[in-house]
Amino acid sequence: MKFAVLVFPGSNCDIDCYKAVQETLGEPVDYVWHTATDLSAYDCIIVPGGFSYGDYLRCGAISQFAPVMNEVAKAAEQGKYVLGICNGFQILTEAGLLPGALRRNESIKFRCHDTTLKVVNYKTPFTKDYAEGEEIVIPIAHGEGNYYCDEETLASLKANNQIVFTYTDNPNGSVADIAGISNERGNVVGMMPHPERAVNTLLGSEDGKRMFSSILKTWRDTHGTASVR
Amino acid sequence: MAQQVSAKEPTAEQIKDQKIYSQFGVSDSEYELICSFMGRLPNYTEIGVFSVMWSEHCAYKNSKPLLRRFPVSGPLVLMGPGEGAGIVDIGDNQAVVFKIESHNHPSAVEPYQGAATGVGGIIRDIFSMGARPVAILNSLRFGKLESDRVKYLFEHVVSGIAGYGNCIGIPTVGGEVMFDNSYDGNPLVNAMCVGLIDHDKIQRGVAKGVGNPVFYVGPPTGRDGIHGATFASVELSEESEAKKTAVQVGDPFMEKLVMEACLELIDTGIVLGIQDMGAAGLTCSSSEMASKAGNGLELYLDQVPQREEGMTPYEMMLSESQERMLFVVEPKDEAQAQEIFDRWGVICCKVGKVTDDGRLKLFHHGEVVGDMPVTALVDECPVYDKPSSVPAYYQENASVDTLRYEEVTDLGGALKKVLASPTVASKSWIYNQYDYMVRTSTAVRPGSDAAVVTINGTRKGLAMTTDCNGRYVYLDPEVGGKIAVGEAARNIVCSGGQPLAITDNLNFGSPEKPDIFWQMERAVDGMAEACRVLDTPVIGGNVSLYNENATGAIYPTPVVGMVGLVEDTDHITTQAFKSEGDAILLLGETRAELGGSEFQYAVHGVTEGRPPQLDLAVERKLLDAVLGAIRSGLVRSAHDLSEGGLAAALAESCISGRIGANVELASNGLRRDVALFSESQSRILLTASSDKAEELRAYIAAAGVPVQVIGSVGGDRLRVNLDGSSALDEPVAELTTIWEDAIPCLMK
Repeated sequence: MKFAVLVFPGSNCDIDCYKAVQETLGEPVDYVWHTATDLSAYDCIIVPGGFSYGDYLRCGAISQFAPVMNEVAKAAEQGKYVLGICNGFQILTEAGLLPGALRRNESIKFRCHDTTLKVVNYKTPFTKDYAEGEEIVIPIAHGEGNYYCDEETLASLKANNQIVFTYTDNPNGSVADIAGISNERGNVVGMMPHPERAVNTLLGSEDGKRMFSSILKTWRDTHGTASVR
Repeated sequence: MAQQVSAKEPTAEQIKDQKIYSQFGVSDSEYELICSFMGRLPNYTEIGVFSVMWSEHCAYKNSKPLLRRFPVSGPLVLMGPGEGAGIVDIGDNQAVVFKIESHNHPSAVEPYQGAATGVGGIIRDIFSMGARPVAILNSLRFGKLESDRVKYLFEHVVSGIAGYGNCIGIPTVGGEVMFDNSYDGNPLVNAMCVGLIDHDKIQRGVAKGVGNPVFYVGPPTGRDGIHGATFASVELSEESEAKKTAVQVGDPFMEKLVMEACLELIDTGIVLGIQDMGAAGLTCSSSEMASKAGNGLELYLDQVPQREEGMTPYEMMLSESQERMLFVVEPKDEAQAQEIFDRWGVICCKVGKVTDDGRLKLFHHGEVVGDMPVTALVDECPVYDKPSSVPAYYQENASVDTLRYEEVTDLGGALKKVLASPTVASKSWIYNQYDYMVRTSTAVRPGSDAAVVTINGTRKGLAMTTDCNGRYVYLDPEVGGKIAVGEAARNIVCSGGQPLAITDNLNFGSPEKPDIFWQMERAVDGMAEACRVLDTPVIGGNVSLYNENATGAIYPTPVVGMVGLVEDTDHITTQAFKSEGDAILLLGETRAELGGSEFQYAVHGVTEGRPPQLDLAVERKLLDAVLGAIRSGLVRSAHDLSEGGLAAALAESCISGRIGANVELASNGLRRDVALFSESQSRILLTASSDKAEELRAYIAAAGVPVQVIGSVGGDRLRVNLDGSSALDEPVAELTTIWEDAIPCLMK
């Protein structure tokens, strides 16, 4: 299975995502520049956190126009896995690949600390290795993580099981305590917390590891290569 | 809208006759000296260039004689003071690069940008050496957290640091903050950056090779930050507010791109010399690079990217627009360099040439608009040995009895006051605004004795801290200077690291005042001695003088930034109590030392007497013993005793471990409040699992360090008995609430 970690000008969690894939899965992973026009070699695309284009104008607003985003949309349509973390989540909502938007935190301040998440949908390709309703510790680090969508969208998110994670103690004012959602098909997930920052005990939590292992497991299941390595 | 056009510049004669140079902080005798170096009267651009190069900020003209007293070398020091940052060997062909720098005056006037650009500047110092920045720390001082102005400064300084560090993606992992009236109106904002480098990648800021092109990198030059270095070298006054144009504006996104592009450029191996444009911008970087190579430099100012129309040579040379670098490569490598910056979308253009005539020559619109000898700019600034005299307050304090206040019997109440004091209280309000986890290497987060960042691909880590108790330094600069180094080393050791070296930020009042110069001399002597005994040379630093306002000078605050090497991540230790039943050991001796203590300030509202004493030989023994014990796997938690003494240290270890403790102490004839709140130095709290407690005690005792088992971890209350009767008995949950809520409540 091959992973791509996108690099926009101002991405700063690209290295962490790369490291997390390498260390938890040992699968091949490449950095892919924002100007790339072909993602066909990749099975999973990670849109990392950071401050792409300085978060100027609005978080993710400029990145959605990067050439690589057309390819991300294509990959999503082909059913490949797309994971947007933090700024990556913001970019995916701006690009229309996920519903809703991320606003300034209710506190108006950047917040960085561990949060406890509830795994609401454990059946997505990204959450198979978690148990239903399991509580996991994953850190956040954002100034604009306050998820918003209108009532109608919220109702459809609920109806389609698109709410993947919720906070047990809402840190930013998100609607319905939402920490992460998927598209209807379930192959695109966006989340504000950073699973790549919770992949070994030295960092404080290992709970993010299973996110990566879930993706690999799902891919192997669907590609019939149960254990290549 | 019409473009702002600069007013007509005065002529060389007018500068002399009207003494215009004095507005730039150049004295009459300095002006005469400049004229003699020039062999003529300097024009407006030239006097501007000289004035910044000869400012305290760039030339250290008042502090140089003192800085020479520091030990600056050692077996592991790969680069000492003089370049962008110092470098220390950590083995395996790797080295750690670090430096601290102040942005006090800008932050006093424009706190957000002042603090943000302070962070940006120190990061450039690190990556201009070729190092990858891996962590940021900051050392902050504010007035009492009560007035609206102090709250405003505090809030915006913190957001400025967060805004810059978070965006560029370097974790802000630690630091310290103290609140005291003495910093009212003149906050201190010191930022430290730590980077990693391979030995063969180390860069220097030299303009090598006559005929080689000089490149400018980064955003266009604007009219911001003009005379920033001069501004930093005078006292703050009501006029300072009007000097907001001397404060620069930061763009962390741009710096991220500049950093990545520069590191990629350095990786190619084609760079001959590289330096950031910090204080005094283009002036300082160009003349220093020429000086270090023994060469000259020509600058073609028409080629300098400009943000505004009609900029004069004077403005371009003195602008401190941020995120700019200067580098030199051979002509054959120009295209390769250009390609890298193009790909990162960063401006890079040729603005000059290395020459052999030892002169800094400025060309504009086809004319020579400045022509100065490089050595005069960089090396010939006069150095002053300022008069010093013992201040009256120091002599008066000799006779102050720190026990003159009646014994405090409500010890629980006193502990709560100390825990609620913003200096001791939880700093999570601050550090939760910083991304301290990005780069996924932060093994010890803010809030413990020192932060620890792991080194990718190895089992090693770097422990880092900043420390200085300005009250101690005020009461006795020599002792206070020693303590700043000693406490930093204690914090490093308590985290499992071997102290390597320090960087220092000497924040003082005006050196023109003999009282203040005396403080500087004594503090430096104390620090230097501590550095010698503890084997932690000074590899670089910064001097910030003239930290005064209408009410007088700040407390002398020579901040120490220290980095230590954790040999194995298994040695990483934190201050939190770990498990029920662990034994608590107290190392060191407690004496009646309340001078300058947090207890004195929080409970009695004074800072007086003599500070705690520090015996460096004793300190050294303690540090070696504790590090040895940690490396032997005997220690579960370690916490140094500092502000608030034993009582605060016990409470902090309980709070961070979310567990109680039961302690039985002998007062040894000390008053009960003194026994709990004395700030005697060279003391550390350790815990060990019950089966290893005796082994640990014996290990420490064998090293000749006083040690006693004083109790055990457990329950949900902090209970301390003194001579068999209860002194403290408080629920940890309640102490936690007081400690955690103190700063958020004040900021509401």
